[in-house]
Amino acid sequence: MIKEFWLNAACVALLLAVVLAGAIFDEPYYITLATKVTILAMAGVGLNLALGYGGLISFGHAAFFGIGGYAAGILASHALNYEPLATWPIEIGGTTQMLVIWPVAAIVSAVFAAVIGAFSLRTSGVYFIMITLAFAQMIYYFAISWPSYGGEDGLSVYLRSEFPGLNTMNGASFFAICFVWLMAVVWGSSRMVNAGFGLALQATKQNAERVEAVGIAPFRIRLTAFIISGAITGVAGALYVDLNRFVSPSMLSWHTSGEIMVFVILGGVARLFGPLVGAALFIVLEQSLGGITENWQFWLGAILIVVVLFGRGGAIGLLAKEVRHD
Amino acid sequence: MRPLAGPLFYFLPMSASLFIEQILNGLQFGVMLFLMSAGLTLVFGVMGLINLAHGSLYMIGAFAAAAVAGWTGSYWLGLMASLAAAAMVGALVEVTVIRRLYRRDHLDQVLATFALILLFSEGTRWLFGPFPLYLDVPDALSGTVSLPFGIAYSKYRLAIIAAGLLIAVGLFLLIAKTRLGVRIRAGESDREMIAALGVDISKLYTIVFALGAALAGLAGAMVGTIQSVEVGMGEPVLILAFVVTVIGGIGSIKGAFLGALLVGVTDTLGRFLLPVILKSVFEPSLATSVGSALASMLIYLLMAVVLIWRPSGLAGKAA
Repeated sequence: MIKEFWLNAACVALLLAVVLAGAIFDEPYYITLATKVTILAMAGVGLNLALGYGGLISFGHAAFFGIGGYAAGILASHALNYEPLATWPIEIGGTTQMLVIWPVAAIVSAVFAAVIGAFSLRTSGVYFIMITLAFAQMIYYFAISWPSYGGEDGLSVYLRSEFPGLNTMNGASFFAICFVWLMAVVWGSSRMVNAGFGLALQATKQNAERVEAVGIAPFRIRLTAFIISGAITGVAGALYVDLNRFVSPSMLSWHTSGEIMVFVILGGVARLFGPLVGAALFIVLEQSLGGITENWQFWLGAILIVVVLFGRGGAIGLLAKEVRHD
Repeated sequence: MRPLAGPLFYFLPMSASLFIEQILNGLQFGVMLFLMSAGLTLVFGVMGLINLAHGSLYMIGAFAAAAVAGWTGSYWLGLMASLAAAAMVGALVEVTVIRRLYRRDHLDQVLATFALILLFSEGTRWLFGPFPLYLDVPDALSGTVSLPFGIAYSKYRLAIIAAGLLIAVGLFLLIAKTRLGVRIRAGESDREMIAALGVDISKLYTIVFALGAALAGLAGAMVGTIQSVEVGMGEPVLILAFVVTVIGGIGSIKGAFLGALLVGVTDTLGRFLLPVILKSVFEPSLATSVGSALASMLIYLLMAVVLIWRPSGLAGKAA
């Protein structure tokens, strides 16, 4: 474990170093990239809980990422336009307070995760993959054809939402908020994974029949994990919208689901910092390949195939060289 | 859908011929979805592989058809080219990448085939440029044909329905009556046993994969005249094919056929009827937007209902 611990510490230090360098040399682009990595890593931490520890291969986490994003975008746009969100039975206005937006994003995506999970978890294996994908697509098409919030064109939010005592328009401050979120969810998942709930969840991944035989209902454990996982990814989505000041259906697309999955797998499935390593590698690849060739996605695809076929266990698995029995 | 048709005529302001035309459109869509889902479900049933890149083979078929038809001026040569190109690319991918994934878990399969999509989409954009291609309907099939009740229906779409039904029958016969079909069914139930009986299993897998790829490529070529041929055209269809497969039951050709027609007809009728029905409740512009939003969700709701009723699909075996 010690080796993996130092590896994780090195990754976090590297991320902070990039931001520090960006601040010192006045290169806000690097701070934005580091913030993007942090937020995407957080979405990955959410998925990792279901996929890595619960063995629930969700190909529909873009749904939660996008729903959290739309929750943030809709609340902020109502507040900025001074239009009430609802007028009946009581008048509810929008808000640009992150402290309000986050819980709303978490709750709305948790509710969607509960509904999608309740259907999808009736099945397993390849059915589960296809059904989570299909539900995410359903929400994607709904977002495209529903005209109130920009439809296919998406919704611009002109100002980043506010956090008491911080100027969120400053890149470094906003990075700090996202970084604290990432550390909090990583810490939270490490506590959860090693607590009774997490142990039961990992046991359902290995053998659901035995878990049932000792008196734990796998469905409830899985559903709970799926809901928490969706809520974390939803808050990440809300942060992502604040980063870009823009939300569009592409956040809900299956491409996004695939990418979140790639972060988790590239870094190492069921490793606490796997999503951070994966997201960082992905963004670095995207940036460096994108600088060389217009067709960078072609090479990204080729690299991913090589990684899947020959480099198992992800980057952390490769570097930590630690034998895992699962 | 038939029992609905009668009563709907009484309270909806539309003509019966328009309704029948929509049902035919739904059938055409369903038949096309069947060609896509057949390969997907066969590959899953026989090799246990979930192939996200199946939509890319559909795209490759459409591009091959459009390119060859553009060079030679013959739609039929384009159709042949789509079959050949998709089957060849399918076989090539099976031998180089897919073959290594059969023993892996679904997660690796999803990731590798997701990467294949990036590779194929970007590769196609590289070769053909960012602009869509167009494929013309052949002269023999252009225009309309008169059906009973005074319906004039596109000859081409009718030909797609006929071709799709023929291929479905052919596929049933192939699986039920031929030596290859026996091996495919044997491979589905016990791969070690048929390998032990001396069947070259890796060759069988390549053939099955290429067959599924050819069907997807054919579907792409046939649809290429109705919509534009562009990068990314396979992805929406792939997801619909997943819905079909889940509804029909994974591994079952019969289920794929039922599911494809059900999804095709439900989707087409939903997009047509929902705005009309809602107009009796809401004002027209709201009815159109609510109707189209709901219609785009309809088949997923259908899938949810089927899952509650039969978790392993209409024709699937109990998990």
